[in-house]
This record gives sequence, C-alpha cells and structure tokens, in this order.
Amino acid sequence: MISDIEIVKKLKREIIETMLPTGEGHLPSAFSIIDILWVLYDKILKIDSNNIEKDDRNHFILSKGHGSLALYAVLSEKDFFTKGELRKFARYDSRFGGHPDCNKLPGVEASTGSLGHGLPMALGMALGMKIRHMTYRVYTIVGDGECNEGSIWEAALLAAHHRLNNLVCIVDYNHSGDRALKLDDLSNKFSSFGWRVINIKGHLHEEILKALKVVDDHRPLAIIADTIKGFGIKMMENNPAWHHRGPTKEEAAKMLEDLQ
Amino acid sequence: MRKQFVKTVEAVVEQDERLVLILGDIGVFGFRNVFSKYPERIYNIGICEQAFTSLAAGISKMNLIPVVHSIAPFVVERSFEQLKIDFGYQRLRGSIIGIGASYDYAALGCTHHCPGDISLLKTIPGMNIIVPGSDRDFDVLFRAVYSGHNPNYFRLTEKGHALDVPVTFCKGAKIRDGRDGTVVAIGPMLERVVNACTNVDVTILYYTTLSPFDAELLSTTFQTGKIAVVEPFYEGTMSHDIVSSLQGRSINMLSIGVPRKFLTNYGLASEHDVACGLDVASIKTRLEVFFNA
Repeated sequence: MISDIEIVKKLKREIIETMLPTGEGHLPSAFSIIDILWVLYDKILKIDSNNIEKDDRNHFILSKGHGSLALYAVLSEKDFFTKGELRKFARYDSRFGGHPDCNKLPGVEASTGSLGHGLPMALGMALGMKIRHMTYRVYTIVGDGECNEGSIWEAALLAAHHRLNNLVCIVDYNHSGDRALKLDDLSNKFSSFGWRVINIKGHLHEEILKALKVVDDHRPLAIIADTIKGFGIKMMENNPAWHHRGPTKEEAAKMLEDLQ
Repeated sequence: MRKQFVKTVEAVVEQDERLVLILGDIGVFGFRNVFSKYPERIYNIGICEQAFTSLAAGISKMNLIPVVHSIAPFVVERSFEQLKIDFGYQRLRGSIIGIGASYDYAALGCTHHCPGDISLLKTIPGMNIIVPGSDRDFDVLFRAVYSGHNPNYFRLTEKGHALDVPVTFCKGAKIRDGRDGTVVAIGPMLERVVNACTNVDVTILYYTTLSPFDAELLSTTFQTGKIAVVEPFYEGTMSHDIVSSLQGRSINMLSIGVPRKFLTNYGLASEHDVACGLDVASIKTRLEVFFNA
C-alpha cells in the first residue's frame, strides 16, 4: 500500500505537470499546504462525490485561494474530477483557475482569492450549523500574509464570542508575509482572542492528524502550522522569487527529480 | 421606513425559520422584542461589516436566509468587496438592508452619507436593487424577494412618501399619461415629482426595483425625446438603464439627483434637499424649464 508521504509526492509531481503548460499558479503556496490538505481530506473530512451536495457534513474552505493547485490535486485524487481535465489549468475555457471557483467545480466550497474572505465565510457556515443543530465541523486554511487582513481578526473575535467550537482555522505559517509585516507569536494572538491554539509542524502527518482531531468544549480551534513555502523542492523553498512563477522545462525536470 | 422594516422582518422571522437577522449594532432597540424569542436567529453581531458580510454569505451557504442591516455607507461601501465576491460572484441569496439613504443623517456629516450606494451596487451582476418609496413598498417587496435566489439590496430612508401605489418586484408603474415627455421618479421621490408636475404635461413612471430595470415599461410609454429622471442618489446613476432602454431613439435627458460632490454641511436632510435641488420647488422649476422650453 502506498504511504501518505508517497501520495503527497505524487500529488506534487502532478501539480508541477498541471502548471507546466501555462506557467500559471502559485506553486510554493501549494506545496506549503499540500500535506495538511491531504490529511484533512483523507482522514478527517469524509467528503466525497456522494455527499458533496448535502449540507449536513463537514465543510472546508481554502481561504488562501492562491493555493488552489494543491486543492485541485487532492480533489482530483479523491475522484471529484479527472486528471486529464486538470491539465487545462488556467486556460481560457478551463474550470480550473488560479483561484478556486465554487460555481465551476464540485468539491470547491467557496470562491476565494481575495484574502480575508474565507475564514469569515467559514465562521458563518459554523454558525449556520449551530443554528440548524448540526454536529459537523467547518475547516479553513488561511495564510500568514492573509492574517494582515482586518477581517481575519474580526472573524476571530466573532468565533470566540459565539463559542463556535465547530470551527477550525489552520494557519499556514510559512512566514512569507514576514517581509511585509511580522506576525511573531501567532499562537498568542489567537489565544488572546479566545481561541484554543495548537502548534504543529505542518509537514508531519501525525501531528497534523492529531491536531485536527482536537475538539474544545466551547472554543474555536486555531492550528498554527509551521510550514515551508515550496516544501520539498530545494531551489524553491522559502525563495520569494518563486511565489507566482512557473518553472521552465529544465527546472521542472529538476523538481520532479527532487520528488522521486 | 425603519419601523416598517422592523415590523415586516419580525413577522417574517415568525413565519420562516430559515431567516437569520444580523444587525451591525444598528436598529437593535427596534428588534428588542424578538431577541429573546429567537436568540439563535437574531444577532447584534457588532461593528465589523466586512466580517459579518462574509459571515452572512456563510450562513447562506448553509441554506439559511441572512438579512443584514446597518447604515448604508458601512453595509455597502465598507464591505463592498464582500458583497461583490461572497454574495454576487458566488450567487448567494440574502438581503442587505441599508438605512440612511443619501443624507438622512445629515447632522452626522459625510461619513454617514451614502449617495453612491446604487452606482456602486449596480456594478454587481445579479444583485437585485430595490428602493422602496414607502413603508408599504418595503413590506410588499421584501416579502416578494427575500427568499429568492439572488442577493438583494434594499435602500431605506427616513423620508418615504405617503402615496398608495401598487408595486411589483421588477416592474415599474405608470402613474399618469402626458404628451410632452416622461419623468421617471425613483422610490421616495414619487410624491415630490407628482407635486412638481402640476404645470407640465408629462407621463410619470414610478420605479422601486432598479436592478433588474423594467426597460419594457419605459420603452413602451416613451413618446417624445424628452425624459427627466428624479433620483434620490447621485445624479446620473440611472442614465445607463434609461439610455439602454431607449436604444436607437433620440433622447434629451435631464438627471435631477444629488450633485456629485461631498456634502460638507450638517443640519437637516430637508436643508440638504434644498441645497441639492431635490425639494419640490426646485424640482418643479427644473422640470418646467426643461419640458416647456
């Protein structure tokens, strides 16, 4: 049986092949969150093509929508669409854009891209679940740069005030936002807003899984994931030049080598 | 109109358990009787317009029906991107209820004015824009659309008219026929227009739904080249709809609305009406000069 580590490597190779024709997409951001996304979809969410149309289930919003390549790869692995269609990524007539669109793709639960929208929407879904007496949870991934947005902290205040213990916010803390605005101790910030906080290494599947299973009796949960932007590709790791740039064929070949 | 808003929404909250009311710390006293009755569906959410607009979109995704309320500049201009993307682009249902119109809170100054709300919201495809002219208009139109598939914006004012005109969502109404041209009265401007048109022989049309715009009514009733629009927000806001409705025909158009500048005075809304040329006397003078020329 293929291990989770091998599956993630395979997904990373597919992401590179997906973006190669157009050179579009945010490759390092996708590699920053792909481990978290895989564990979430494979072990926690229990979302599949049979229940995706129902609202009485777990939900996920990729608040940092520019990590869409990772979401597409995971949803494709979970049979929401074919890998062949994914190869049309970012083309004029494609359903797969640089940011995910919930009106085009099954499995995408919100159209994100403008930062600071996904967490407050997830908050509304969590509140809606409470109103409807549902017992499932809403998960979202935000970026550390996204945490510059005021709406993130408005949502953080609201979630704690309304005791939404069914809301889980995973912060992809790869420190790429540090060049603009240092957030320093994010755990302390969420904690002071009334959240339960867990710190994890964001590429270690056991830690990810353990954290995702935690349920507080009244507080929303913030998982601060220490991640590396571009994780797994040496030339790309923590290198801001790669933020929104596609590899050449030669670079892609080298990347695929790194992932063998 | 604010009292009617409370009355109507209170009644619908009773009837429809999907409705969730979100107040941005505005209108809280008005709803004091239902807070304790429906604590799970009525929230004074706080002063955080961007987050609560997205939150409302999330509530909509859970097959509930959010109704969001605050003063117009805050619920429209501050959270415009959330309205555009979360409600507009995602095609979610819900109602945004803005109070204060262009300058109802005149004494509070420019920060509380919002003559640009309709211009702005008209850039969001699929958003229904409704400007009730009276309490009755609001009651009829809210009940007609709140549970539909699109997002709705209701522009409420403290200064509605007292005329009793049947209204229908998406439809304008012909108030009277005339031979020298057409006057389009938007929402609360209707009574002023009727009173201002005593010496001009014009057709008067009444519009409360601005998006989608009832082009057919205008197109079929328009006879001569002159048309005046009396609008309670920035002048010229309705120009695109008017021109599109009359495509291929020569028109001479007059827009009477709020001048496109910051209104830096305080005082009363009625004083701003005079300064903006939106009182009956000013409207009458401009219409008579335009149609009798």
